[in-house]
Amino acid sequence: MKSLEELKAIREKMQSKVGLRSEDNSVTRVVVGMATCGIAAGARPVLKAFTEGVAEKKLDDVVVTQTGCIGLCKYEPIVEIMAPGHEKVTYIKVNPEKAAEIIDRHLVKGQIIAEYTINAMK
Amino acid sequence: MMPEISLNILDVAQNSVKAKAARIEISVRVFTKEDRLVVEIRDNGSGMDETTLANVTDPFFTTRKTRKVGLGVSFFKLAAETTGGSFTIGSEPGTGTDVCATFVLSSFNRMPLGSMTDTMVSLITMNPDRDFCYRYEINGEGFTLDTAEMREILGEVPLNTPEVASYIRDFLDENTASTNLVLAGTEIII
Repeated sequence: MKSLEELKAIREKMQSKVGLRSEDNSVTRVVVGMATCGIAAGARPVLKAFTEGVAEKKLDDVVVTQTGCIGLCKYEPIVEIMAPGHEKVTYIKVNPEKAAEIIDRHLVKGQIIAEYTINAMK
Repeated sequence: MMPEISLNILDVAQNSVKAKAARIEISVRVFTKEDRLVVEIRDNGSGMDETTLANVTDPFFTTRKTRKVGLGVSFFKLAAETTGGSFTIGSEPGTGTDVCATFVLSSFNRMPLGSMTDTMVSLITMNPDRDFCYRYEINGEGFTLDTAEMREILGEVPLNTPEVASYIRDFLDENTASTNLVLAGTEIII
């Protein structure tokens, strides 16, 4: 069985990097809806796709967080992206494939994928 | 309804987070002879008064303002009861809440447990300021992951650091697989 020993090695490696996180005002927030409606609609794999994708691409100024129900249950899984100096973008009916695309196009290249946003529904 | 028991656990444990629990203990225990799978979620959060507690399994009761239904606990209760199992919830204001769902393991209506790794990693990385203790066992043999122990080793390195999250994922996957070895050669699927 895997033990806690390996954690010590991780600590040594990471300790030097603690506190080097970007200032709050330069951080882009990816907010995944994780209430009952979101979870039932498939938010858990979406959250996983974002946390792993952001770590893999080393997007140090992106933080993935969760929120509760925002009252738009039928559009879940919902992911909101809040970048400093930009209007909030709300992506709806997100799945892990769309999440990968959103990471590549929106978070890396700064292009909003209009057809996945809530505005495309209106 | 949720397609996996682990999704019910993720959902109901969010209530503990919202109740400002500092420590949330989750256990999944399988008893093959008794044909039971028992899930317990225990927290030291704000707890509920009697009125709230009496209403908490009513799907048309919720404390939220964004919608008029509260399905999380109702789904969990229904998931357990449709297998012929049982569901209890106890709470005391200022002390915490204890939710226990018992499933009949072999019931056709029992959803698969699903990925407890995904559930625990989501809970821990999204709430790195809380402690989670997860226990998984089959017939008394299993493992425990306690973030309080991990925090001691990690010092100021946060639990949601990608390297730590990936370690937790591997820890849970490997230890779950070792625990499940007892079932090799049986027809039982968790």
